[in-house]
Order: sequence, then C-alpha cells, then structure tokens
Amino acid sequence: MSSADRLPRLLALVPYLMSHPGAQVPEVARLFGLTEKQLIDDLQLVWMCGLPGHTPGDLIDVSWDGGEILIDNADTIARPLRLGVDEASALLVALRMLAELPEFEDGDALARVIAKLERAAGEGAAAVSSQVAVEHDPAPDAMATVREALRGGRRLSLSYYVPGRDEVTPRQVDPTRLVMADGRSYLEGWCYRAEGMRLFRLDRMMDVEVLEVPADPPAGAEPLDLADGVFRPSPTDELAELELTPAGRWVAEYYPCEEVTELGEGRLRVTLRARDQGWVVRLALRLGDAGRVVAPEHLAARVRETAAAALARYETAG
Amino acid sequence: MSRRKTERLLNLVICLLATRRPLSAEQIRHAVPGYDAGNDEAFQRMFERDKTELREIGIPVEVHRDPWEDEPGYRIMRQAYELPDITLEADEAAVLGLAAQVWQRANLAEAAGGALLKLRAAGVQTDESAGGPLELRVDTRDPAFPALWEAVRDRRVVRFDYRAAGSESVLTRTVEPWGVVSRRGRWYVVGHDRERGAARVFRLSRISGTVTPVGRPGAVTVPDGVDIRSMVGSRDSLVRERAATVRVRQGTCQWLRQVGRTEPGAGGWDVVTVDFADPEWLAGSIVTFGADAEVLDPPDARDAVIRRLKGALA
Repeated sequence: MSSADRLPRLLALVPYLMSHPGAQVPEVARLFGLTEKQLIDDLQLVWMCGLPGHTPGDLIDVSWDGGEILIDNADTIARPLRLGVDEASALLVALRMLAELPEFEDGDALARVIAKLERAAGEGAAAVSSQVAVEHDPAPDAMATVREALRGGRRLSLSYYVPGRDEVTPRQVDPTRLVMADGRSYLEGWCYRAEGMRLFRLDRMMDVEVLEVPADPPAGAEPLDLADGVFRPSPTDELAELELTPAGRWVAEYYPCEEVTELGEGRLRVTLRARDQGWVVRLALRLGDAGRVVAPEHLAARVRETAAAALARYETAG
Repeated sequence: MSRRKTERLLNLVICLLATRRPLSAEQIRHAVPGYDAGNDEAFQRMFERDKTELREIGIPVEVHRDPWEDEPGYRIMRQAYELPDITLEADEAAVLGLAAQVWQRANLAEAAGGALLKLRAAGVQTDESAGGPLELRVDTRDPAFPALWEAVRDRRVVRFDYRAAGSESVLTRTVEPWGVVSRRGRWYVVGHDRERGAARVFRLSRISGTVTPVGRPGAVTVPDGVDIRSMVGSRDSLVRERAATVRVRQGTCQWLRQVGRTEPGAGGWDVVTVDFADPEWLAGSIVTFGADAEVLDPPDARDAVIRRLKGALA
C-alpha cells in the first residue's frame, strides 16, 4: 500500500480497533495488508493526533502491550468514512454478476446484500453499477455434473479434448474448485493422468460422470495460482512470431502476447509462447491470408506443408 | 505523503468533524498543528491542497458562507461523513466476501478491497473464505478500462482512436458513454457516437492510445429505455440453420465429431454433419484439421476453406 493511501487506511483502522477492542497486532496487520512494524508505526502516528488543543486529554489513546491493541478517546472518528462511488460500485457490479449464476438462484442473500449496500452507498453508486454489466456464458452441459461432484466431494471421470493436439483423453479428476474467469467456466482438480493440479474447460469435457469414489487429492496438492489469469504459457514454451493483417489483429486480443509491434496500415507483428507447436499451425491455418508465421522457420514450413496437403485433397476431389 | 502531512490531515479531519460551527481558515490554522504560523501565503496554499486531498478520498468538506462573515467557514458534517449503520447476516457476508474477490488487477480490486475494509471497520463480519469451491474472476486488463469506467461514472464525453474490426485505418471517435459491458471475457463500451450521430458499440481492445475526457462531468444523459447489454450483439444469438457435410479421417477431428452427427464410412473416412450459421466461422474451424477434414457441401463453405488454405500457403 502506498503512502498516499495512509490516511484512508488510518480512518478505517481507528474504527476497526474501536469495534474490536483487544485485537491482536498480527491479525490486524494481516487484515490491513501491513507488516507488524508498519502497523505499529500507524498506531504511533494515531497516538500523536486528536482534538484541537492537543493536551494529553485531547489526544487519541492507544496501547499495544503484549500485542493486544486498545484504543480510546477517538470518538470523532469512531465510524468509518462512507463508501466512495467506486468502492460501492465495484461491489455492486460484482454482486449483480453473481446474482445471474445458478448457484445463487435459491435464497435471497444476494438481493438483501445489494439492497443494504445501495442504502449505505447512496444514489450515485447504484446508478453507476447499473451501467456496468458483466455477463457469464450460459453454463456448459458438464456444469450440473461437475457441481454435483464438488458438492458431494466425489471423483469425476471425463473425456477431455485438447485442441492443440486434436486429442480426446480419458481422465479421472478429484475436483477442488470451480473457476469462472473471463466469461468461461473451468474446473480445477487433481488429474490422475497428469499427476498434478490442472484446469479443465467445462466446454471441452465430454462423457462426464460422478464416480462412487470420494475425491481424495494428495496432501501436497496446492491450488493453482491464477493471479495472472488462467492462460499461463510456461517460459520454456517455444516462441513463435506471426505477422498479422488488420483482419488477423484479433490474435493479439485473444492470446497473451509477449510482444506486439505495429507495422503500419493496421498490420501487427506478435510474439507468443505456445505450449504446443500444433496449436500454432492450427492458428496459422485458421488465419489464412490474415497472418503468417515468420519464425521459427520450421513452424512456417509445417504450416505450408499442412496447407498444401489439405489443398491437394480439395483439388483431387474437385 | 510524508508522515508529518498524514498527521496534519488526520488532525484536520478530527478538528472539522468535532466542531459544531464552521471554522474559518484562520481558526483552523491555530487549531491544527503543522500549519505555517508565519507565512500567510504558504498557509493558504497548503490549506487549499489539504482540502482537495480530503475531497479526493471522499471526505465531504463543507464550505459555509455566512452573509455576516467575511471569510467562509469549513466543517465536516458527521452525517455526510459516516458510513450508515449496516449489519450483515452470515449468508450475506459470504456472498459479499465472494463479490469482493471478483475483480482482478488495479483499480476495481483496490476499490473493492477498500470497501471491505470500511465495512469490517464498522464491525461487519465479512467472510474471507467465502465461496469455498467457487472462484470468480473478472479481468480488466484493457488499458482503456479505467478511463472509461471513470467516464461512465462521471457522465463525461470521451474521445479515443479506434480501429474497427479488420480495418486498416484508425479513426478518432467522440462518444457519450452509456455503459460498459463484459461479454465472453471481452469489454465493450456502449454509447452515442457523435460523429455518426447514432448509438455504437466499441470493443475496448480495439481502442488505441489513451481515452481523453472531453468537456464537463455530468454532460452525458443515458436515454430512457437503453439496455446496454442487448446493444452488445452476440454471435451466439445467430441461429445455426444451415448444415454442412464434412469428410473426416477416422481417429481424427474429435471435436467435430462431438458437436456434429457422425456416419461411419468406408476406406478410413467418416462423414460428419455439423450445423452452422456463418460459412467463414465454419471454415475457420474446419481448416485447423488440415488434411484430416474436407468440406463436401455446401459450396460456399467449401470455397471458404480453400481460400484460407491458399492464403496460408502464400
């Protein structure tokens, strides 16, 4: 947290400490995203402040003996500042998005929170949040089965399609989480075939079945870190360089590129990492004359060979 | 912000909240430690900046102009400052915790985090482990997003350079933004395009450069009855009313077999029938199977595949 955020933080910290007498230093530090040292520094600052006059009786009284924080004489700022328009809108838009998921069809918790938040935030935020909408794709066919397995803690059996290799492989997966990211649904789970945690796109699953086996991922199975998105090429994946015409620019919008260079007249050069060479070949075929592989040369050659072989089929048949 | 300045601002907030009647700048200068006692001009500048900073973080510093006084007075009304009473049931706290985790990266994630902190400070129990086996993430990585969010929030006209799909040129657009919509993970801004004099939808990833606000906040009015979601058309809404027959090599084209109807054939080849709406879309999928698939019919889809293959060969 930068120092510019310090005042808003203090104006939340003081009310928090007022409403949680005896709160522990480590716990409060974690909650406010601070180190213990930073928190103590905040407490020392607060201790120097208070009502005009600034006699000892006017100053805020703070102690943290034995790590237990007690605060007194801070009645003027005992309540937190009201929610800003951005703050309330960020929550309201997210809540409205949740309201469209089947998980929340029953029960009215969402409607109640939205009403409470709108009341606490005032008109501005309610208006803004109705002008921002986040939609989710309709649930893929596999969704109901996947949910059932998650709820019941059961192992799943499924066939999974990997487009890069045009392969359908049977898998057994112990589901851990349902991840909905950027409009798509994924299942995170321990895959016995890969012997690791994997994400599976629900719309690429076939023949999904809940097994009579309890899900039992190995003890060391860590949730995947999705902080940088669900599509994470490995740094060891081969780099491919493509040149795109205006009609092929969508590639830069759809796939994370390492480098994007404008070439003028709407043309682009992009560099991306592909886990699978087959994937790049398929992308180049799909692009047709809207893009071409520039490097590496062996990939460019594979694209030409594949295109020539396919074209031969049309020419002999035609 | 220096420690001394944070201290001064915190004292200023307490002072303005505690006072029952508005205080003049001079009274504040004496009541709040840290203001320059000797230099009037330096004090005025500092006090102006402090007020601006308090307002930027949402603190309602009220200016009181009394006809009998020369100087304006300042105070913060408790009612305007304080978060109203709010309590959440356990199930409400759980969904709120989940909602607060939705935003990824930068501005909105910070805003949601800030809101949660204020609610906790007010004694609201929020559930951090909310959602359990469900996680939702919305990414706003488009560089144009923050500026457009602000424009929508402040009802302000914007100008940006935009390259329409497949276009070679970039044109400057002036837009009255009505809202932003995320569909299939892509963000769109919907609004009135002033140059074209009509409603338009722009994809954020096709905006190049910065989004500049034009004119004053509050200038945009969203017309009644505008449904920003329905304005963002979707390919999925196209009815797949045509059918194509595709010859596919046995043991390949798994996805095609899954979405279509397969008739086993002879000589190592099957025939799959797939429904489609747009021949270009169909060709884009079929062509990725290379020599393992051949569109037999209809001719326009077949030609679309041949065109792509020739393009890839050139």
